[in-house]
Order: sequence, then C-alpha cells, then structure tokens
Amino acid sequence: MLRYILIRLLYTIPIALGVTIFVFALIHLSGDPLNAVVAPDATAEMVAKLRAAYGFDKPLPVQYLIWLGKALQGDLGNSIVNSRPVLDTLLAAVPNTLMLAIFATMIGFAFGCLLGGLAGYYQGSIIDKLATGFGIAGVSVPHYWLGMVLVIVFAVNLQWLPATGMGAGGSDAWKWDWEHIRFLILPAVTLSVIPCGIITRTVRSTVAEILSQEFVQALRAKGLLHGQVMRHVARNAAPTVLAVMGLQLGYLLGGSILVETVFNWPGTGYLLNDAIFRRDIPMLQGTILLLAMFFVALNLAVDILQTWVDPRMRRS
Amino acid sequence: MTTATIAKPTASTASSTPIVDVKDLNVAFRTGKSTTVRAVNGVDLSLGRGEVLALLGESGSGKSVTLRALIRLNPGHITTVTGRIVVGGIDVNTLAPQALQDFRGGVASMIFQDPGLALDPVYRVGDQIVETVMRHKGVPRAEARKRALELFERVRIPSPERRLDAYPHELSGGMRQRAMIALALSCDPEVLLADEPTTALDATVQIQILLILRELQRDLGLTVIFVTHDIGVAVQVADRIAVMYAGRIVETGPVEEVIARARHPYTLGLLSTRAHGGRLEGKRLATIPGNPPDLSSLPPGCPFAPRCGYAEPRCREADPPVGEISPGHVVRCIRAVA
Repeated sequence: MLRYILIRLLYTIPIALGVTIFVFALIHLSGDPLNAVVAPDATAEMVAKLRAAYGFDKPLPVQYLIWLGKALQGDLGNSIVNSRPVLDTLLAAVPNTLMLAIFATMIGFAFGCLLGGLAGYYQGSIIDKLATGFGIAGVSVPHYWLGMVLVIVFAVNLQWLPATGMGAGGSDAWKWDWEHIRFLILPAVTLSVIPCGIITRTVRSTVAEILSQEFVQALRAKGLLHGQVMRHVARNAAPTVLAVMGLQLGYLLGGSILVETVFNWPGTGYLLNDAIFRRDIPMLQGTILLLAMFFVALNLAVDILQTWVDPRMRRS
Repeated sequence: MTTATIAKPTASTASSTPIVDVKDLNVAFRTGKSTTVRAVNGVDLSLGRGEVLALLGESGSGKSVTLRALIRLNPGHITTVTGRIVVGGIDVNTLAPQALQDFRGGVASMIFQDPGLALDPVYRVGDQIVETVMRHKGVPRAEARKRALELFERVRIPSPERRLDAYPHELSGGMRQRAMIALALSCDPEVLLADEPTTALDATVQIQILLILRELQRDLGLTVIFVTHDIGVAVQVADRIAVMYAGRIVETGPVEEVIARARHPYTLGLLSTRAHGGRLEGKRLATIPGNPPDLSSLPPGCPFAPRCGYAEPRCREADPPVGEISPGHVVRCIRAVA
C-alpha cells in the first residue's frame, strides 16, 4: 500500500510539470505579454528596457525555468493591476473557494447518494423516474441562471437569506456562526446542483448494476438481513462514487467562476473573472496554476482512497 | 467428464419423512406487459434426509429456477410461485421476511455456479463467512472466525489461516468454490442446494470439488439437491436423478435404474449425447435436434413432441400421463405409460 502511494506520487510529478508548462505558455499564447503593461505611445527604447526588466528578452526555456524556480519558492509575481504579490491575494481567496466547493460537494454528495440509491434500488418505479429526471435537470440547468432565480426567490421575495457577499466585514471577518453561514447557503446550493445530478446518475447506475450481480443473490441466500446486504452494495459502489465525487470537487474548485461572480463571493473564481477582464496575466497564471495543482492533488487523493476501498485495485 | 467413481451412501440412509417436500410447484416470470414465461410447471419433489438428488436438464429447463424457489430467491416483483414448498418442516412460501432470512443459510443454503461471481469482490472471504456465522449463530467475532478456519480446513484449503484474509480475486477457481462450500455449510444447514457448482471449473478441479461435496454430504448427513446439465456428474454424486424438460420433471428414479432403463425419449437423448470415454474415434457426437421450447408460449400436449423422434399425433393433443414403471422410477411419456 505504501509502495503504491509512493509510485502514484512519482507519477504526479510529470503531470504537474506538464501543467506548469501549459500555464507558462499562457502568457505567450495571449500575444506579446508586454502589451498589457506598456503604454501605446512608448518608445522602442523603453519597450526594450521593460522587456529586459521582465526577462522577456531571454529564450523561452530559460524564461520557463526562471519562472518555475520562482513559483516553487512561492513567488508567483506581482499583479499588474495593483502590484501586490499574486500569492497573497490567492491565499486570501483560496479558503473562501474551498469552503464553498466542499460545502457544495457535501450537499451534492448527500442528495446524490440518497436519490441515486433510491432510484437504483427501485429501478423503473416512479421514484426512479423522478430522481433520474432531477439528475438530468441538475446537469443541464445553467447554474448562474439558477443562482439568480434562487436570489430572486429566497433573497428578494422571501427575504430568508442574503443575496450576495460573505457578510459583514467580508472575507476577513468570517466566522462559523449562523450570521455568516447564511451567506454560504445560496451559492453552495447553486453550485451543488451539477455534482448532485452527476452523482445521482452515477449512484443510480452503479447500484442497479451491483444489485443485478450474482453475489447479491448469494448474500441473500446466506440469510443476511436487508441492511447487511445493502452495506455490501454500498461498499461495492464506493470506489466509483468516490472517484466521481473527487472529480466533481475538482471541477467546483476551478469552475465556480460564474457562481462566485453572481454571488460576489471573494474566491478564486471571482479573482479569475477579474483577472481575465483586466488582462492581469500574472494573476491569471497564478490562479490557474494553483487550481490545476488542486486538481492534480485531488486526483491523487481519489486514487489512493479508491485503492484503499477496492482491494482489486491493489494488485500492482 | 472424468470416469472416477465416488463412494455413495446406500439409499437406506434416507428416512421416511421427507425433508424436502415440493408439490405442484409452478413458477412464472412476468417479463413484459403481456408475456409470461412459465419456467416451472407442476414439479413434485420429495427427498428423504441424507438423500442426494440430481436435477438434470439443459439450460432453460427450469432446474435452477426450481432450486431458487426452494429458498425464494427468484426476483420477487416479477415472479409468481404457486404450490407447496416444505423444507425442513418449514413452509417456505408463507415465511415472513425475518423468518425467511433465518431460514436461508440456516436450514437451507446454496452453492452457486461461478464462485468468482457469487462472492463479494471487496470483502475478504474469511469475513464473508464470519458475518454469516455471526448472523445465524449470534456468536462473537473471534468464535465465528474460529469456525471459519475450521471450515477452511474441512474443505482442504491449503494454509487456511492466510487464505481467510484473502480477497476472492486472490484465490484460484477451485479454491473459491471450496470457500463457497465452506460458507454454505458454515451454519449447519440441513439442506444444501448446489446450482451447477462444478460447471465453471476445470475438469481436474471439478472432480476434487465433487469429492469434497460427497465427503461432506456423507459426514454431515446433508440432503443435497444438485443441479447439473452433465449426466456424468449426476451419476457420480446422486442417489436419484430427476430429468427436467420445459419446467417439468419428465423422468425420475434411482440413478442406476434411470441410466440402465431410461424410458423417456429425452432422457435417452441425453444419454446418447454424452461425450463418453468409449466413444468411437471419428464418430460424430450425437445431439438432440431442435431447441427447447419457448416457455412464454408452450404448445398443448407434450412439450418435447416437436423434437421427439417417436412423437405421435396423440402426443400433441393432451398432456402425457405420468406413470410409475418400477418402484421409484416415474416417467411422463405416453409411450412408457400407456
């Protein structure tokens, strides 16, 4: 097991390096990186000076290595917009996004497992059709639209929950009390709808498939109680569901741009949105790099967790 | 199949009150809005304690469905079962859910065709036995584990202590089936239902499994119903054979009697299709022409008539009569009885 984890860790190194190359290439894919900094009427001499100052006059591989070396030491450069270190801004935003994504995944996972489990168990029944319909709706609904509808219903009309932001004092004054958690509910519910739909469908098909296997009949044939049989089914479904859940959490970490923007939630998605519109390339680069690394780490965690749950995967 | 013979108990060990008593069993599956598959049509079975019956037939003859009906394992929502099923003095069809769960594994337990599919892949084999023992015997885990180890030794699994902690995929096919047998016998059932337990195994492993089953059956005084399509296997393990066709028993009797003096054309066909050691080199294997009938629309009369070389017009008019042609040898064929 330990050996497997070590090998799996080694495998992530080339993946992580690939990601850094891609992120680095982003600067040059979007045209001359100096365009964003240099005034349109700058002299050629001045442009050359700036080019040397940013290191853009060196060959690309050298630039990459310098950039990677700095990134490894935690230096992601300074924002073009406000000149503050990118890392500081990122570190302030990451907990907010994590909070939102984990909360949304938990909601999606709980409801997805419940609905999917019922649908798979009562395959072909009304419950199945309702849950499947909900699953499809969850995957297809554009969530920024859903977010706005939820704001209109629960914040504007019913006035049960706040519409946007993180509460008084913003992100710095966050506390785990009801006054603040209230602000988390609408964005988290909005964000949870897609993973909920996907997990519903995965759990449904996995449970239905497992129930049709002969070992379930064998479990009944040896006289196990209903609950005990279902525990076996859950253990068998766990690896697949875990993998899907891990991927969903990864998508939510990177993919909450729209929801964070709709709800003014000061997370990485919000930063990303801002950086795109202001052509703040170091900010963009840092954020994407961090989110991509999250995804890689999450995949690693899911793999290890899966191996731990499913003995058949432990062989190599 | 191999030709090794296995010692059998004498038929006299069977006592007079039947431990398995099935009367007029009918099982139908609703497979579509208006289609009903009549898988079992009026089966009678009666087994004395310690008796071994082989249910013989092709795929789709209803032998597995009959077996599963004995512990109500057929999918409940699409299955209609009528008739009387009494196993170990318990009326199976009227059991409440909780009592049914006590009955399964406790009074009657089952071995499946492919142990690779019948064992839970993500649980250790030892734990699968332990949970069953704990469930039925209400003993603590350590004691259940001791029982599992004892069973593994009994079915002759090498280094049993280590194998208890193995996952099913880490065992060979033969080893898995031994584990399955150990599991089935873990709670001292009176009746063992074996659903083609050697079909998925290599020929050399088959005989080992048959030997173990036979030995355990004799030592524990088990009553066994052994479903197979292999007449060679049936001859080796059983005291009695019941040949099934289209959900009916068409011929039944003591093994030697049925083998030597089969009267039903279907049994005769099965006997001649046997790939026997003494088969002449270069001679084609004999087969029974045609396919088993569609169980969702059975024709009137004898269901074997369309494939029967001896069929007469009256075979297609009415159900063939049932007659006992010698003690215990019962045949359902117009030619044998009338």
